[in-house]
Parts: sequence; structure tokens; C-alpha cells
Amino acid sequence: MSSPLKPLPAWADVALIPLINVAAAFVISGFVVLAIGENPLEAVQILITGALGDLEGIGFTLYYATSFIFTGLAVAICFHAGLFNIGVEGQAYIAGLGAALAALYLGFLPGYSLVVVAIAAAALFGAAFAAIPGYLQAKRDSHIVITTIMFNYIASALMGYLLVDVLRVPGQMNAETPGFSKYAAVPQFHELLAPLGIQWPVTPFNLSFLLALAAALAVWLLIWRTRLGYEVRTVGANATAAIYGGISPSRITIITTLLSGALAGGLAVNVILGQEHRLILEFTGGFGFVGIAVALMGRAHPVGIILAAILFGVLYQGGDELAFDKPKISRDMIVVIQGLVVLFAGALEHMFRRPVSVLLARRTTQPPI
Amino acid sequence: MELFDTFIQIFGSGIRLGVPLILACLAGLWSERSGVVDIGLEGKMLTGAFAGAAFATFTGSAWIGLLAGVTATVVASLIHGYASIDQRANQIVSGTAINMVADGLTALIGNAIWSQGGRTPQLSDTALFNAITLPFAESFGAVPIVGSIYRHLISGHDIVTYAAFALVPLTYWALYSTRFGLRLRAVGENPAAVDTAGISVRGLRYSAVIICGVLVGLSGVYLSLAQAAFFQPHMSAGKGFIALAALVFAKWRPWPALATCLLFGFLDALATRLQGVELPAIGAIPVQAIQSLPYILTVVLLAGFIGKAIPPRASGIPYVKER
Repeated sequence: MSSPLKPLPAWADVALIPLINVAAAFVISGFVVLAIGENPLEAVQILITGALGDLEGIGFTLYYATSFIFTGLAVAICFHAGLFNIGVEGQAYIAGLGAALAALYLGFLPGYSLVVVAIAAAALFGAAFAAIPGYLQAKRDSHIVITTIMFNYIASALMGYLLVDVLRVPGQMNAETPGFSKYAAVPQFHELLAPLGIQWPVTPFNLSFLLALAAALAVWLLIWRTRLGYEVRTVGANATAAIYGGISPSRITIITTLLSGALAGGLAVNVILGQEHRLILEFTGGFGFVGIAVALMGRAHPVGIILAAILFGVLYQGGDELAFDKPKISRDMIVVIQGLVVLFAGALEHMFRRPVSVLLARRTTQPPI
Repeated sequence: MELFDTFIQIFGSGIRLGVPLILACLAGLWSERSGVVDIGLEGKMLTGAFAGAAFATFTGSAWIGLLAGVTATVVASLIHGYASIDQRANQIVSGTAINMVADGLTALIGNAIWSQGGRTPQLSDTALFNAITLPFAESFGAVPIVGSIYRHLISGHDIVTYAAFALVPLTYWALYSTRFGLRLRAVGENPAAVDTAGISVRGLRYSAVIICGVLVGLSGVYLSLAQAAFFQPHMSAGKGFIALAALVFAKWRPWPALATCLLFGFLDALATRLQGVELPAIGAIPVQAIQSLPYILTVVLLAGFIGKAIPPRASGIPYVKER
């Protein structure tokens, strides 16, 4: 009954199918907006104006996008090794602890070397927290999905305890650490541009953005231009074949999860060192999970991830404006869109493949008149 | 006697906290035993809790709420089933999607209808599942120890709680003593063999997914119509994932699932009880330490340090007929 399908042309595979999938997610989101009694077109207009309408909106959009590039890369690098790291949220949370401890207790370091060390500490803590599930997957065959879910909750409990009972400023109500010194802050763009005479409105958009772009480039080089990357992709494609090729899947599993955890640390760099300048409860705000949507939508390719991260930046920043203008469309709408993107670009990614290939085949095989 | 009363109180509260875990854990057990991994329990629990509370608010009937809650979770389960069974999707991705959509959609709709930040209005007693006093609880309760246990632990729960406890032996019987159960377990271990015998792999997996939807729906309804009297965004607060941990901990078996869920419920009750209490010789135990015990225990078990948790062999792997 079901005839074998001809392979799709490359352009359809790389661009058309992913676009149809994402479009499906947005069309359904539109119906959701309609169902709660608002006009989806008006909502899109408010959203885009809020996110891209002025420099302030753009600053916030790129600030969010920076976080999503990091978490998207963290999820994607594991995808390449055939691993699903659902624990980016927890790894980023612990990375924040590393950044804060360095910023608070290494104040004797000269000048801005402090922020460099704090960034390294974030990456190190993120990697260390990812190392345990990675090791357990590699050596003890414990499923990384389950262990990383558990580790998200362990991170949350640990950070809750540390912030409430240990690191909190005595006498303070809020569960947060003291503020960091200015040498532990990643500079924000409006501060950097002011001496040059360029007036950029005050936004949390900071140099972490460039770090995120550099990380994207590094991931691209690693995955497609190095021997290690080749090994990662081989293990992801077929672990058994990799063994015959002399590659150790358990070694690759551990290395990949370490790198993933370090990339997750970028979220802490952007939020804690770039904006908050103190460690606060729940600063990750679910952005680790946004990384899953970003990685799937960007098809685990750094260029796709940057584009998807900017789109989600638009959604988060525009969503704030939207919730302000239209109280019915609360920020939860963005979570719905995110879930639908994961559903259509991830779980149901092949749903439109058959109709599209049938359509394309019909068009190309039409007899000439 | 005072110590005994304290224990009774903690155990009673442990049972109440354990019930949603038991139902969700059994739901996951049915699904995963058939080979469909379900990390979307958390989202479905929220879906059931919201639909239950919303319809109980509209109609004033707990039973219509229950029906609506279960229907909503079965629909969510079928989406996961369609992705996992027919679309051969990555089941982790699909479950993640269900969790995200449920998390956002319940809060969004709740906020759009009632404008209370996603919370539904407080329900009156008639729209809730209330405690049932078993016969002779009052008179027999005067007997020390045994009577007290009967009166405070066994009597005085709502119908969903009793259903949860009844569903454990029922699941055990259905999985291990019926033809359907045998086939269902077989399809989770070796679907090709089941297919060769002329039995529909697809049909069995869809039935399992629907049963999963019904059970996890009950756990959601329990949250909003028995434990609380309203729906609140994110009210499942990770219980779906604790149920998943319990499922692993119980090695995908019904009776150990009951024991594990009760243990985790008890730990939760203990954590609340010990908040700020100075214990002799130990001092105050951080609440978070007890709260994270289920997760830590599960990781330790998964690591193979206390026995080995081996999932059904075909779980998470889509079945491809043409080979």
C-alpha cells in the first residue's frame, strides 16, 4: 500500500520541511490565541513591535537570544552524540553557583581577570554537574534522560538550600548573595558604546552575546572540522559501528556531556555576570528547556541555532510586551509556542514529509504537454 | 502515645501525598511496559488537574470534573501515542513537548477565563471528592493502636484514594494473569515476536497509552479536586517526575511501585514535618535534603549500586514492521 518514497531534494530537506514544521506550530498557536478571544494578527504585530520596534526592544531580544544560543548549543552537541541532555537547566543553575563563588571569593584577582575566571568557573561547574550523568551513562549504563531529570531537581534543592541557608546576606529577606564587584561583571553594550558617543538605551544586552557567537563557531568547528567531532557524529549515528572504527563511545559520551555542561554555563554567564551581578533563586527560569526547542528548530546546526535563538528572543521579549498590552495573552503563551515547536519540529518532524514528497513527485513527473 | 500519634499523622499525610504518585506511576508503568516511554506524565497531570477543576467549576460536579480531566489526559496521551507509535518519533522529545504545552496551555486558559493568574476559583465542598468515613471508624477508633490506625489511616480518605489503592492489585492482575497483560508485556520486550504471532503491536501500544491517560488523569484530578480545591499553574510541582523516578525505582513492577510511591510520599510528609525542627544529636536537617532524597535514591539505583533497574527491552524504540 505504502510505496517507497523517493528521497526529497536537498533544498526541501534542509529548508522546506523544517519551515513547514515550524509554520504548523505557529498556525496552531494562532488558533490558541483565537480560542481565548484575541486577534492573532494583532498579537503578532504587538509582539514584533515590542521585540524589534526600537533599540531597547532589540537589546532585550538579543539578551534573551544570548541565553538561548548557549542552551541550544548545549542540547545540540549532545544530539550529535545521540544523547538527550534534558538537564541543561540544572547544569546552568549550578554554573551560576560557580560564577558567584568566583566573583565573591576571588576578589583579590587583578582587574577584569576576575570576570574571566568567573566565566571559567561557570563553565567548570556546569561541566562538573553534567559529568555525573555523563559518567553514569557511559560506564554504568544509566539512562541519561532519567538521570539528568533527577539532577535538575537535585540542583534546584541544593541551590535552594545554599541560597536560603548559607549564602544569603544575614538579615536580608531575599534569598540572594551580596552583589558582585564591578570587575566581576560582563560589560553591557550601552556602557561600552557610551564613551564612543553612541547612545544605546540601557538594556541587559552584554558582551556574552559575542561569547555565544564564538561558542557557536567553536561548536561548528568541533563537530564538522575536527577528528573529535567526527567521532562524536559517528557515535551518534551508530555506536556499534563506532566501536569497530576504534572509537570508544563511553569516552565520547563523557566528553560530549562535559562540553554540553560547560555550554550550559553560558546561560549563567549571561544572566548572573551580565545582568544580575548577584546570584538569585531560579535565575534559569526554564531557559534550559528553551534550549531543547532551539536545538530542534535549528536542526542542531550552529547557524540554525543562532536563528532559532533570535526567534525565541523575539518571542520572549515581544511576549512581555504582549502580556502587558493584552493581559489575556500571558507569558504562558510563549511556553505553549515553545512546546508546539518541540512537537512539530521534533516529535512530528516527518509528518509532512510524505505529503510533501508526493506533491513534489507529482509535479516533477508530469508529462510535458 | 504522643510519638505514636505523630507517626499516625505523618503516615496519614504521606498517604495523601503518595496517592497522585501511585496513580501517575501506574500510568507510566502501563505505557512503558508496552514499550512507549512517557516522560510527559508531569504535563498530563497538570492537564487532568486543570480540566477537572475547570469543569467542576462550570458544573459544580466533581464527577463531571473527573470525566473531563480523564478525557483531556487521554487526548494528550493519544497525541504522544500518535507521535511515538505512528510517527516513530523520539519519545523523549514528544514527552517534552507534552510537558511544555500542558504547562503553558493550562495557565494560559485558566488566566484567560478567570483572570486570576491562571488559578481557578475555590470550589465548594459539593464539587470536590470528600473524605469518606468507613463504618465503625468512630466506635472502633477508641481501641488503642489498631483502632487508631483504622480510624486515622484507613478510614477518612476520598474515593480517588481508595481507587488508587485498588488499581494496584488490578494492574498486577491484568498485567500478569490475563492474555492482554501477557501480550502487552511481550510487546514491550519483543514486539517482532508479538507481530509474528499475528497480534497488532500498534493496537496493544495504543491501548496501553489510553490506559496510561486514564490513570494519570485520575492523579491530576486528585490534585485539584481532592488534595486542593482549585487548580493553580504548575501545581503538579514535579510530582510527575517523582512518579517517573518511582517507576524506575520499582523496576517497572506494580507492588514495588506502590511501596516506592508511599515511601516518597512519606519522605515528602517528613520533610514538611521536620522543617525547622532541631533533632537530638543531628540538629536541623535541611528540608531540601529530604525533598531531594527520591531523586538521589533513583540515581543511585540507576547507577547499579543497589540492584539493577532494567527497563522493558523495547521501551523507547519505535516498532518498524518492514524488516
